[in-house]
Amino acid sequence: MPETAVQTTVRELTFGEAIREAIAEEMRRDARVCIIGEDVAEAGTPFKVLSGLVEEFGKQRVIDTPISEPGFTGIGVGAAMTGLRPVVDIMFGDFLTLVMDQMVNQAAKIHYMSGGTWKVPMVFRATMGATRRSAAQHSQSLHAWPSHIPGLKVVLPSTPYDAKGLLKTAIRDDNPVVFFEDKMMYRLKGPVPSEEYTIPFGVADIKRAGTDITLVATSSMVQVAFGAAKLLEEIGISAEIVDPRTMWPLDEKTLIESAKKTSRVVVIDEGYHRYGVTAEIASVIAEGAFYNLDGPVKRIGAMHVPIPFSPPLEDATVPSEQQVFAAARELCGKA
Amino acid sequence: MTTAAQRPETNAALGKEQLLRMYRRMYSIRQFEEHANDLYLRALMPGLTHLYEGEEAVAVGICEALRPDDYITSTHRGHGHCLAKGAKPDRMFAELLGKEAGYCRGKGGSMHIADPATGNLGANAIVGGSAGIATGAAFSAKKLGNGRICVCFFGEGALGQGVLYEVMNMAQLWKLPVIYACENNMYNEYTHYSETTSGDILSRPAAFGLPAESVDGQDVRAVHAAASRFVERARAGAGPAFLLCNTYRYRGHHVGDINREYYRAKQEEQRWSSERDPINILGDWLIQQKLADSAQFERIQAEVKAEMNAAVEFAIAAPYPTVDEAEQDVYA
Repeated sequence: MPETAVQTTVRELTFGEAIREAIAEEMRRDARVCIIGEDVAEAGTPFKVLSGLVEEFGKQRVIDTPISEPGFTGIGVGAAMTGLRPVVDIMFGDFLTLVMDQMVNQAAKIHYMSGGTWKVPMVFRATMGATRRSAAQHSQSLHAWPSHIPGLKVVLPSTPYDAKGLLKTAIRDDNPVVFFEDKMMYRLKGPVPSEEYTIPFGVADIKRAGTDITLVATSSMVQVAFGAAKLLEEIGISAEIVDPRTMWPLDEKTLIESAKKTSRVVVIDEGYHRYGVTAEIASVIAEGAFYNLDGPVKRIGAMHVPIPFSPPLEDATVPSEQQVFAAARELCGKA
Repeated sequence: MTTAAQRPETNAALGKEQLLRMYRRMYSIRQFEEHANDLYLRALMPGLTHLYEGEEAVAVGICEALRPDDYITSTHRGHGHCLAKGAKPDRMFAELLGKEAGYCRGKGGSMHIADPATGNLGANAIVGGSAGIATGAAFSAKKLGNGRICVCFFGEGALGQGVLYEVMNMAQLWKLPVIYACENNMYNEYTHYSETTSGDILSRPAAFGLPAESVDGQDVRAVHAAASRFVERARAGAGPAFLLCNTYRYRGHHVGDINREYYRAKQEEQRWSSERDPINILGDWLIQQKLADSAQFERIQAEVKAEMNAAVEFAIAAPYPTVDEAEQDVYA
């Protein structure tokens, strides 16, 4: 089992280091894997996630591009169809707006439209997450968009361990995969085994076992859920934290089972609350566990506003421990 | 920046066999499109289709300069490119009718025919949508060192799409073996290109340093000569090029675009079809050069007509996919 790697050689890696290690290992394993994007080579991206890769793999495989997101993403699509396995770097997830045609009309549909004859094995690495004081065009969490599109797979890791294992799976997948990294988590540390492992898509992870309420959380919201779980514990509420890890494929079974067990659910995600992934997850749980629920599934997402610059305003737009704590306490009848 | 007329012809040695093959290919495309129109009029074809009649010399002249394993990307007006690259009309008609025997199992239709066996990366219904894919195919051909090149077919309407300029810039920076083949049929849907296109078209690729030529797109030998030079250059590692093929769309934007007087005159259409028809231009030249006679053309035409009739019959008789097919091949 890939997820039961031997624990004797576990190191502490940051989220960013885990991502770099995943790409480096896959580039060593498969000469077809290459990186395409803005400032991915010597600069190693503004977040330094790819530092050192150009030194090991050379400029033929770590390719700096002009600031032309639709162009280099389109090149990634064509390259993927014809024998390479590109990892395309979308520096800020906000720039997905610029590559929508290449991602949605081209990459996502080519396998289907061609009757299964062409394949597009590529990874879109994109960032997400607010509170970096980057204002409205560099702070959005737009993972609901690709999750809406058949033909794409969408990954949101929440720990260094998950990031490495899921990114290796993404690079090996024969489909376009959109991989979202919360830029506020790049320095988050966590255990990562030295041994080879991958994590399959469509398998949620129970990050914390509990009995009274389920907190379904994605990406950095897993940390928020942990904070809330601690507060809940202090008032005698046992919270279970479930991280779906992939928006699509979605592990509906684990979500429903946890909801049936605890009978109360809060879904937390940094994407917009309106029409966001929390709505989909809440719906899956409502349909699958309705008769086991004590109350409606509560959703917490980003405030429905462009992300403001001013720190107190920006902080107010993102789901907080206190918000989750309050919602959970109310659902448990202890408000 | 030069025009084809200023350059020596490099295909003077085109053999009779190849010239007759080009004649047959152009005639096949013409016949295919006539049948496609007929299938639409008989309400046998779902949706619409965009016909390539009048532009046959562009696809045939360029594809004749390619190897079977070279790549092409195509457009919503793509039947000519598919046939010129070697696709079979029976499976193409089946695709037009949404049948399981089609190239895309009926899931793509007229605007999305793709065929790995002939290097066809797919027709694309987003104007300019395949510019990235074509450049990416050239990118991998260069990285993998397999000697292939890619031709990106697009209409002059795609000159309005920014992504085209992004990828031409990268193709030149990285010396990618891709040829941008602009088919100027003079109309962006229902609008004359002069209303949408500022400046000089060839100055645009030239600004990125691409060699750029314009050629008479009704003269298949001229198209082939220009394409051959660019293909040879690209294969030798010298990078991308831009070929502007001046041509004309005989029919409307799509099969349902019947009344066209509000955007172009009937006399204009008649002038092109009577004076500038690519099949007649090659046919007349072959007769003039005593490389063929009318009996040969009649034989080719009869063979092509029989093939197309059989292909249409095959497609009409072919079964639709079963409904469970709808959920197949969303993911590889």
